Amino acid sequence: MMMNHSLKSRYKVQPGTVITGKWHNNHYTILKELGYGANGVVYLVKYGSRHAALKMSDNSMSITSEVNVLKSFAKVQGTSLGPSLLDMDDWQTGGDGSKVSFYVMEYIQGPDLLSFLQQKGKSWMPVVFLQLLNDLAQIHENGWVFGDLKPENLIVTGPPPAVRCIDVGGTTIQGRAIKEFTEFYDRGYWGLGSRKAKPSYDLFACAMIMINTAYPNRFAKQQIGGIAQLKAAVRQRQELLPYEKVILRALEGQYLSAKQMRDDLLQIVTRQDRADRPKTSGGSGGGKGSPQSPLNSRKQQQKQPSAQSHPSSRKAYRKHKKKSRWKEYLIIAAVLGGLYGWYIFMKIL
Amino acid sequence: MNAGKIRQILLITDGCSNQGEDPIAMAALANEQGITVNVIGVMEHDVIDEKGMTEIEGIALSGGGVSQIVYAKQLSQTVQMVTRKAMNQTIQGVVNRELQQILGRSQSMEDLPPEKRGEVMEVVDELGETVELEVLILVDTSASMKHKLPTVKEALLDLSLSLNARTGGNQFSVYAFPGKRNDVEKLLDWTPNLQSLTSIFSKLTTGGITPTGPALRTALSSFSEKRNVRSLLSDDDESFFEESV
Repeated sequence: MMMNHSLKSRYKVQPGTVITGKWHNNHYTILKELGYGANGVVYLVKYGSRHAALKMSDNSMSITSEVNVLKSFAKVQGTSLGPSLLDMDDWQTGGDGSKVSFYVMEYIQGPDLLSFLQQKGKSWMPVVFLQLLNDLAQIHENGWVFGDLKPENLIVTGPPPAVRCIDVGGTTIQGRAIKEFTEFYDRGYWGLGSRKAKPSYDLFACAMIMINTAYPNRFAKQQIGGIAQLKAAVRQRQELLPYEKVILRALEGQYLSAKQMRDDLLQIVTRQDRADRPKTSGGSGGGKGSPQSPLNSRKQQQKQPSAQSHPSSRKAYRKHKKKSRWKEYLIIAAVLGGLYGWYIFMKIL
Repeated sequence: MNAGKIRQILLITDGCSNQGEDPIAMAALANEQGITVNVIGVMEHDVIDEKGMTEIEGIALSGGGVSQIVYAKQLSQTVQMVTRKAMNQTIQGVVNRELQQILGRSQSMEDLPPEKRGEVMEVVDELGETVELEVLILVDTSASMKHKLPTVKEALLDLSLSLNARTGGNQFSVYAFPGKRNDVEKLLDWTPNLQSLTSIFSKLTTGGITPTGPALRTALSSFSEKRNVRSLLSDDDESFFEESV
């Protein structure tokens, strides 16, 4: 990306270095580098007895702009959109007055989304995406679009596992042009929409992350490109097939809100559950004496159609039953009548 | 606040100039006229030599712009980032001048306490979204660029996609050097959309020399021509835009 060599080496801060803010005079001890992106380097730091993440950049503007986003996120009550902001300051690196802007935020610990799914298995896939869509819905409701949505920017913390967005460098006010993006997750790159910050931009990226779970190495745009290539990619992976409908709708920009996409995903997950259960219980409960209700209901379901296919015989059976009941009644009535007649006759005699 | 219009030249090259004026001087001339010069050096298997590197950095430095050396593969992303970064730099320059006028000292945005900086940043962001942008793209079509041209075309289409997502208007113009007959050839006159580039690029021929300096000079005159024609045709329009910005 935009990282040229001079920039990278200049901000290679050695572990143990103490960073002191010019304005607020807080001290942070660098522990290690956590990662670097287009607009700076993130370090794990210790201040007092706590750990925190510190992002520094020679581009004071991008630091300021990210701080603005984090401040705005902090105003949203009762949620944790992005890491919480702890401090923002300048670090005087040398005697010559040169300084680097930095901000300090909550350290969110955990594997990134793809590593998490690799460790924990595919059953977590719908869970993390439902969580992510919930977060996106809130970000959108507050007038933002996350922008640079990709697995590296999604950390699964826990327990209990919860997805958190960590890099707000691409977060843009809705209606403006997306500030920062990564080609694979960008709908402009695939020729499937504009780079205007709209909720559907994030939902496209979300669908691409779903595809990414089945293609860990991603893939480049081919000659056919666009929706045709992505459609084919989804169909080639067994594990993506259940979500095909949701993925394609998101790629085509048919969802106007994260909630719509979440509802569809939820529907698929619950339906999949229902479809899965008889199969698995049928497999495990194959032995004798497993009176599991799904199995029973399945047997009943199987019986019903066969009965319906022979309606005449059943009716005949009922008719037959009715007739024999009448016969019984007549015989009893006749016998009683006979006995009563016999009794009267004897009395008269 | 009046940021006027932002004018940029984006030079895409893969080596050193070898004919005509000194490109670094031409870039300085552009900067004097309020036009920023950005340079992207494209590598593929070949590496850009020391001399080429120095020239690329020199042009951007004296042109008040941004330079970046990239592999052809990363060109799309880089073109849009360089353009945006340079645009923000220009806006920041304007904002800093305003700040100095208000605060009376040699204050810039960085000298403000972090709390105040946020508010200024919102203004910078707002301007970046709404300001009118004119980008003149100069593409090096010397022989070594031949197989990189399809990537350059993709990158330019991508650039127009990125910039057209902004609320503010955009104007693009594309020149190639060396041209068929002259040092420089106009491929595309000022237009808000680069889509029409697709057909033009396939017809491009590549030549041996790299007249970067003369190319920059022609690019400069294209800006002033545009201004003259504009002011003759639609004086009102222009002033309206400048006010609204």
